[in-house]
Amino acid sequence: MIRIAVISGKGGTGKTMITAALAHLLNESLVLADCDVDAANLALLLDPRPIRTEPFMGMKSAVIDPDICTGCGECGVHCRFNAVERDGDIYRIAPLRCEGCAVCVEVCPAAAVAMQPRQSGEILYAETARGHLVHARLVPGAGNSGLLVHAVKKMVLEQDKDCALFLIDGPPGTGCPLISTISGVDIALIVTEPSIAGLHDLKRVVEVCRPFRPRILVAINKFDLEGSLTGTIRAWCTGKDIPVAGLIPFDPAVIEAVRNGMAVTHNEASPAAQAIQILKTNLEEELTHLGNQR
Amino acid sequence: MKLSVASGKGGTGKSMVAANLACTLAMTGPVTLVDCDVEEPNLHLFFPAPAITRDVTVPVPVVDEPACDHCGKCGKFCQYGAITVLRDRILFFPELCHSCGGCTLVCPKNAIHEEPKRIGTLSTSAPQPGLKLITGTLDTGSPHAVSVIREAKKEAEHDPVVIYDTAPGTSCSVVETLVGCDACILVTESTPFGLHDLRLAVDVAARLSVPAGVVINRSDGKDQATLRFCTDHDLEIMMTVPFDREIAAIQSTGNLLCRKRPEWQKDFIALYVKCCTLAGVEQ
Repeated sequence: MIRIAVISGKGGTGKTMITAALAHLLNESLVLADCDVDAANLALLLDPRPIRTEPFMGMKSAVIDPDICTGCGECGVHCRFNAVERDGDIYRIAPLRCEGCAVCVEVCPAAAVAMQPRQSGEILYAETARGHLVHARLVPGAGNSGLLVHAVKKMVLEQDKDCALFLIDGPPGTGCPLISTISGVDIALIVTEPSIAGLHDLKRVVEVCRPFRPRILVAINKFDLEGSLTGTIRAWCTGKDIPVAGLIPFDPAVIEAVRNGMAVTHNEASPAAQAIQILKTNLEEELTHLGNQR
Repeated sequence: MKLSVASGKGGTGKSMVAANLACTLAMTGPVTLVDCDVEEPNLHLFFPAPAITRDVTVPVPVVDEPACDHCGKCGKFCQYGAITVLRDRILFFPELCHSCGGCTLVCPKNAIHEEPKRIGTLSTSAPQPGLKLITGTLDTGSPHAVSVIREAKKEAEHDPVVIYDTAPGTSCSVVETLVGCDACILVTESTPFGLHDLRLAVDVAARLSVPAGVVINRSDGKDQATLRFCTDHDLEIMMTVPFDREIAAIQSTGNLLCRKRPEWQKDFIALYVKCCTLAGVEQ
């Protein structure tokens, strides 16, 4: 199985749109995962039929028993996450701020605090026209997004490890969900856009990827909106020996396709679809190369 | 006034709104702009200026090996699996550590103390009169975004008008930024992606009791679904910015709408007035 993650650094560059289009075009057997677990959108383009849903239990969370709490405040003194709030004469834990460290349990002289399991989200296993999809819903505001990414990938490997390709729609940023996403991937396809923010964020995400040693490819979305910056990005990629595998033009057909809940490549004549066809051909060359190496 | 700009979905224009709002308001009074998107901070690109930079650190445990008898209490206590105690030595995995201090508390031999470890930086600059910019930057490879955000917010806590630019998503980084704010601007785009993630962001703001209003960016006029959602959830559309290649070009080259097209200044002032009303704060 070859693992491909579509990532970006900067948000909103077109990761999900490109993931869905590649899933539509690639011929190999594949399984899909949406690792942007706190704002997951891939399912909106794939018309999934749910197979089953599993609860995702994140870290345990501290809970203060109001009948036992004496209001001494030791928990608040030691909590480093500002998760202890005053509640009249006693204290309570703000669940969205609690990181589950259990220090409050340790320091409470009245033994009024206990760690309790909490559901931080759910993992959804579904069928699509292009193979199985594993996606997730993080409880809004919950932590543990990196753990949930890990759980999503684990389900794919348990259920669909015989597929030729594992295609991941990744999260923006460079923090724990991104690190959890790229660990173990063979190819990182970075989608950027011709803006100074796009270039800045591309540089940072490449730096985060390097230690994981994936093959890095870049696609520049809406490349024609700011031609000179596209040139700057291409030159930077050349200098870093990173192939630019796709140049996708600004195309109203993309928004139209998103509104219709489908991949833009269903509209074969659209300029974006034709450009993604070339990206797919370049990606296939990389896949052949990787396959030969194994 | 503490105001955050968030979105759920990435790339909807949070930084554009935050930068233009701060730039416009700074023409009439002091404003602090804080970049809390520490994984990919971009505001400094719009406000190039010399900055004073310092390290952000978190305390991590260091074991005094001669004092340690390898009893294993620290490893057993650590909820994050950051410490493994072997028969004759201790393994510590700093990237898993949340700096809670629990291991130092439970060690019966007082064999663990904490030392600062760098996870990012905080840069402060004064790019235009009246404007202070604070940028939190997470070191690449570090997973501890929340600690950098906490530090960046602390740097601005006594300033009268503070605007926080938030990371995309709805997880802990967003919570850390929104908590304690008087109001929140949610920037969206009129696509099913924008609406799906707006719904999540509204939920987070509500859980934190932060009043929220909406800005629709890059509108192509097909905003009906977003308008309906906002009406149903009693959310005010405080501003609509049309899709316009020229506006996109201004933004992508690192310029600001309120400078290149000064007629937009009144719109950003009107947006701020609406935020004050939303927050119940005197201007």
